[in-house]
Amino acid sequence: MQVGFSPVADDLYREIILDHYRHPRHRGRVDPADAVVEADNPLCGDQIDLSVRFDGDQLAEIAFDGTGCSISQAACSMLCDAVSGRSREQALDVAQRFRAMLVEDGSPNDLGDLEALQGVRAYPVRVKCATLPCNALLQALDPGEDAQ
Amino acid sequence: MTSLDVATATLDVAAVRADFPLLQRRVNGHPLVYLDSAATSQKPQQVLDAVDNYYRLHNANVHRGVHTIGNEATDIFEGARTRVARFIDAPAEGLVLLRNTTEALNLVASSYARELLSPGDRIVLTEMEHHSNLVPWQLAAERAGLELAFLRVNDDGTLDLSGLDELLAPPTKLVSLSHQSNVLGTVVPLRAVIDAAHERDVLVCVDAAQSVPHMPVSVRDLDCDFLAFSGHKMCAPMGAGVLWARPELLQRMPPFLGGGSMILRVSLEKSTWSTVPHKFEAGTPDVGAAAGLAAACDYFDAIGMDRVHAHEQQLTSHLLSLLEEMDGIDVYGPHDMSARGGAVSFNVTDVHAHDVGTILDRQGVAVRAGHHCCQPLMKRLGVAATARASVYLYNTHEEIDALGDALAEVRRIFR
Repeated sequence: MQVGFSPVADDLYREIILDHYRHPRHRGRVDPADAVVEADNPLCGDQIDLSVRFDGDQLAEIAFDGTGCSISQAACSMLCDAVSGRSREQALDVAQRFRAMLVEDGSPNDLGDLEALQGVRAYPVRVKCATLPCNALLQALDPGEDAQ
Repeated sequence: MTSLDVATATLDVAAVRADFPLLQRRVNGHPLVYLDSAATSQKPQQVLDAVDNYYRLHNANVHRGVHTIGNEATDIFEGARTRVARFIDAPAEGLVLLRNTTEALNLVASSYARELLSPGDRIVLTEMEHHSNLVPWQLAAERAGLELAFLRVNDDGTLDLSGLDELLAPPTKLVSLSHQSNVLGTVVPLRAVIDAAHERDVLVCVDAAQSVPHMPVSVRDLDCDFLAFSGHKMCAPMGAGVLWARPELLQRMPPFLGGGSMILRVSLEKSTWSTVPHKFEAGTPDVGAAAGLAAACDYFDAIGMDRVHAHEQQLTSHLLSLLEEMDGIDVYGPHDMSARGGAVSFNVTDVHAHDVGTILDRQGVAVRAGHHCCQPLMKRLGVAATARASVYLYNTHEEIDALGDALAEVRRIFR
């Protein structure tokens, strides 16, 4: 498919984002799960239920269910892809660097598909769509983590 | 429709648009197409001038002291009360000037329902209320042991009135419902509901936030008991809202907020209250916004609310046709123009409303996207969110077409 040719498509709706939105990876629910996090954005109604299972220190299984815009759902799909099978520490590192890329002008390096979401930074009201699954993941990895 | 058509023919939209400075803006490189007036309207120069004039020449606190400027400010504030009362064809002694519809409905829920109703009494609402006409009643019900019941919404977006008689039976004491839905645009046959309610000695509170700005509304004709609306949705500044209530009800109701202005005599132990409606206006009011609201009433009466309504009906009809002709767009709410007004909710198939809103915004088209403070209605419709385009007197047919073009871009990106 052709990558979008309008400014909107160029800086926000990259084809890789639309692909994850149309064909989400890790859709479903891990059962039994070691942690289930329900994340809501009451402003726009985005919902993500993220469930994880650990095998020792390894994030053996991760899945999500939910409804929302392309940004929140694609970000969740990409995040699950990026951390599945990683150690808890590696997964935390990915989530923290992803969040830093969105809210602290952090470097988008070594984030794979997630790098496509850096265009969201130009849309302040949409940043929360992308951080919603990230906050859910941080909470699932470390229940002491502040969900904000 | 003939008289409406004639009226529309004489609404000079270009002249109206010239009154609104903000509509001259460009957004993201495109001329602004503002289709979010159901959230808040833009303001004409005449209203901005009235606010400016108040602060430049007449600013002082009201109902205090004896100096000249203070008297002028009081005259402006009390003049706004009578002006607004005339606009909605209601006795001015029942008109309480507040901040917005939400505050007005909270006042009724607190000072009427919570204070004057008894445990076990029932309040009837509808499934399509804005949270501001739901949550205050939930709070009152919880504190006073009241029961809530709900009229449902039909699949076509109209209100299901088949259960009305049953719901009006004892222990029902009050019905509170919107005149026009902010999501579906549905116009409720209020007069029939009010007549049926009054036959059973049930009072009716009307959320008129989406009707007073868009159609002629006469409190005397409706014969309602409470009516709430916001100035900011009818070209007035944010900060001026209205509760109209039957003066005899206001007499019986205890104050909502206590403080300055609302008292008659105060001792350290207790106080007595000022007369109606002043006993519900504690503290310094937003006099500038009230001046702007009075100017907005002048502005609308000079144009004629019949003409405003007819223009909006034409635009809405065009908007509905355009959306129905496009592939992959679901429109919510009645299609019959006699049962609806100018707020139109829709979704693009498989595209979330926020994505629609963002792509439209990039093309200068401003619409609302989300749950519109109506989560129960979203559940009824089976959607998480909708996009909503809403029209007003300053919108044009060309702007509706621009929305159509912008929606084609949404379809292209998400093809």
